Amino acid sequence: MDLETLTLQEQIEGLREKKFSSVELVENYISVIENNENLNVFVSTDFEKAIAKAKKSDESNNSQNNMTLNGIPMVHKDIFCTQGIKTSCGSKMLDNFYPPYSATVVEKLEQAGSICLGKANMDEFAMGSSNETSFYGAVKNPLNIKKTPGGSSGGSAAAVAANFSSFSTGTDTGGSIRQPASFCGLAGIKPTYGRVSRYGMIAFASSLDQGGILAKNIKDTAIALQFISGYDSKDATSIKAEVPNFSEDCESDKFDHTVGLVTNLINSFGDEDLSNNYSKAIERLKKLKIKTKEVELPNLELSLPVYYVIAPAECSANLSRYDGIRFGYRAENVDNLEDLYFKSRGEGFGNETKKRILIGTYCLSSGFYDAYYKKAQKIRSLISSDFVNAFKDVTSIMLPTTSGEAFDLGSITDPVEMYKQDIFTIPANLGGLPATSVPFGEKNKMPLGIQFIGNILEESSLLNVSNKFQLGEK
Amino acid sequence: MKNNWESVIGLEIHVQLNSESKIFSNAPTKFGSDQNLQACEVDLGMPGTLPVLNEKVIEKAIKFGVAINAEIAEKVGFARKNYFYPDLPKGYQISQLDDPIVGKGSIEIKLGDQEIKTIGITRAHLEEDAGKSIHDLFENETAIDLNRAGTPLLEIVSEPDISNSEEAVAYLKKIHSIVCALEISDGNMSQGSMRCDANVSIKKKGDKKLGTRTELKNINSFKFVEKAINFEIKRQISCLEKGEEIIQETRLYDSTNNTTRSMRSKEEANDYRYFPEPDIIPIQITSDQILKIKKELPELPDEKKERYKSEFSLSEYDARNLTYDLELADFFEKTLVNIDDPKLAANWILGDFSAILNKFDVEAKNSKVDAVKFAELLNYLKEEKISGQAAKKVLENIWENSDISVSKSIESLGLEQLSDDNEIEQIIDKVINDNPNQKQQFLTGKDRLFGFFVGQVMKESKGKANPKLVNEILKKKLV
Repeated sequence: MDLETLTLQEQIEGLREKKFSSVELVENYISVIENNENLNVFVSTDFEKAIAKAKKSDESNNSQNNMTLNGIPMVHKDIFCTQGIKTSCGSKMLDNFYPPYSATVVEKLEQAGSICLGKANMDEFAMGSSNETSFYGAVKNPLNIKKTPGGSSGGSAAAVAANFSSFSTGTDTGGSIRQPASFCGLAGIKPTYGRVSRYGMIAFASSLDQGGILAKNIKDTAIALQFISGYDSKDATSIKAEVPNFSEDCESDKFDHTVGLVTNLINSFGDEDLSNNYSKAIERLKKLKIKTKEVELPNLELSLPVYYVIAPAECSANLSRYDGIRFGYRAENVDNLEDLYFKSRGEGFGNETKKRILIGTYCLSSGFYDAYYKKAQKIRSLISSDFVNAFKDVTSIMLPTTSGEAFDLGSITDPVEMYKQDIFTIPANLGGLPATSVPFGEKNKMPLGIQFIGNILEESSLLNVSNKFQLGEK
Repeated sequence: MKNNWESVIGLEIHVQLNSESKIFSNAPTKFGSDQNLQACEVDLGMPGTLPVLNEKVIEKAIKFGVAINAEIAEKVGFARKNYFYPDLPKGYQISQLDDPIVGKGSIEIKLGDQEIKTIGITRAHLEEDAGKSIHDLFENETAIDLNRAGTPLLEIVSEPDISNSEEAVAYLKKIHSIVCALEISDGNMSQGSMRCDANVSIKKKGDKKLGTRTELKNINSFKFVEKAINFEIKRQISCLEKGEEIIQETRLYDSTNNTTRSMRSKEEANDYRYFPEPDIIPIQITSDQILKIKKELPELPDEKKERYKSEFSLSEYDARNLTYDLELADFFEKTLVNIDDPKLAANWILGDFSAILNKFDVEAKNSKVDAVKFAELLNYLKEEKISGQAAKKVLENIWENSDISVSKSIESLGLEQLSDDNEIEQIIDKVINDNPNQKQQFLTGKDRLFGFFVGQVMKESKGKANPKLVNEILKKKLV
């Protein structure tokens, strides 16, 4: 049996039925990982510890709860703080950072019994759509090593696609879970803003960042999402709401769906392949007898410029703490305090990060604040109310995840072209809405993805429709 | 004020709120622990950590707002104030910009015995304190202590209603007495629990337009507020009289040399790039919450003062001075438990007792003579068992020797008042016999000489004779 190709659900069942042990699972993965180091998936691994944990898990006999992740190997994006384990966030700035605490997401998955195999490579501070901004170099797409796995959770996506683990954690500020899921033929979910604690998740843009899951299918994302969700008193923006049983709801018949469509908007791009894939997705919904309805999202096209004001503005402040004083990279041979700041930040940050800090600082500067940041916030609330209106008529909205398939590494050099990667994924972040990406269709032998956006805190319904769509006709 | 100049002053007072934990973390706020032991990962601004508002500070800020009759915001939101400094761990300070918790209010200050002046308060907002940079611990290196980082501050901003340093001190003292009465701060200026910046400008008398202002930083005692403002007023006037322009700038008060010096000009000023703090969702304050706080508000200094006037028949002056310093008022009330003479108690507490506190730089609550012992001393005085002069000596004696009782002290100092008629008569007889000339002159009309005889008797009795008895008997004997 190829243990590494099993889904999360199959692994949980197999462990419960003692078809294999956690140690076998872990060892299997380690050998696959060691044979594929060229993919550059990990920033750090600790196999010895993983095996020790697996042994403990096997001894503890996990017959209690059929949902437990006891003994299940997984991978964390290197943006989640792991106590005593290097947490780099893809940056030279944090290449020497060993946090004395763990992120709430990490703690929760540990408590559920899962075993972390390693920390996944990512775009520096989650700023990028191709994983090329990482201090540790780009991750390669396991489906075609010339291609990008997407970003910023590129390592997390590649890890699942390359059979290094059945699921991984990611974060999504403007599409960083959904786009790489789409590029690697995976399912991914970014839940409602506030559903998953941001504590210990290194901040990029605080009002947009949200942790989530990448896996082989929607059902697996539902299983794993269950364990990382819930209110956290350490995160003032986390929502005090009960967490439904996602994996049960995922396969339930209790949901009545009406999927919102934006056919005119998609056709307006004049991209035949994009329109065709969207049409095919509508066909599948019809075959599944899922109701559809065209909706208007009049301000959607403003999402990209709004995002590229708000996200850099927040990041410019969030990244001020990297000053070389208390932790992280500190430049040597400095003359004075200012020199220490300039050199530490100049040498510690990569170009993309610096660019965004500059954009954000500019947008917040005296005299520009009203024209950029304030206006962007106003448009953000317009976009949010577009969604509120749309959700009066529909239960979810279907969009492409990306405008195209995974591109060749190094092929996009124009930053605006790169930013356009997030054009369909950003709106859900601006609205704080949950969204999935489901593998659907292909182009140039690479997978494409279809995105479903749900209403606030309606992950259950969203997972349900995404799962139906992924499974297709029976 | 010199010639035709007028000064205009506004104060920004930073009050550390006395919550047990910090404003955005669970770390304790106690003063004086070893460096960096009271700073957790949130205070250190470590990656991924998040601020969570300590709701207790909201209540404390509302208390202040209610006490100064200010509007309380319905929505309290925070903002990031961005600047780089090594003792500011996140590279931004979480403060408030658009939605300060306390809006417009005012307080009254008294100048002299009669004159009242209202000082407007523009706003008071919540923010986190920074850490401390220590420049003299290591040679050529600066040390950072982040224990203070994240300590809750209430920044109270006054209108430019203050005309001189005297008013500034009165205003500061009033704010001090209010925050102490509300028990929202320990008000300890020497430990930095209350710090003050002053905006000072000068204009021609009667001019409506304000002059260019400078901001004085780092003023941490009542005395320095007075000195710093006075120095700055003089400096600005002399600049203007020389025909120079005042430069808008931030100046640091140097208490050692009693000067102010330029820190940075307006051009060098930070662009703080404020924007709403995305990590903290604005909180709503309900009118019920405000009402509840209003009901539970403790007695404020002004109310206490009025009560002292009506309940104890104290003068405005005594009542105000007692209630300026809450600890002194507390000592006063404790003293009254054991002596039924508020006026005597007030005189002595504001006089000799305050003097001895000042001399040893001790706060009333840490007085080496407690209120019970102090009342006992006053009772000796009231019953004329000792003289006022003697009481002073006893107070000093029992201050220095805390284990000695009042009666023991009087006895050991030999200060017990002489109230025995016969003994006093004997002394008086001796004095009259020794001074026949003076007696003769007195009898022929030189009334003033009565005082001479009192003095001689007191001298003869080594100050112990009861002055009242001396008077009575002398009058009889000198006929």
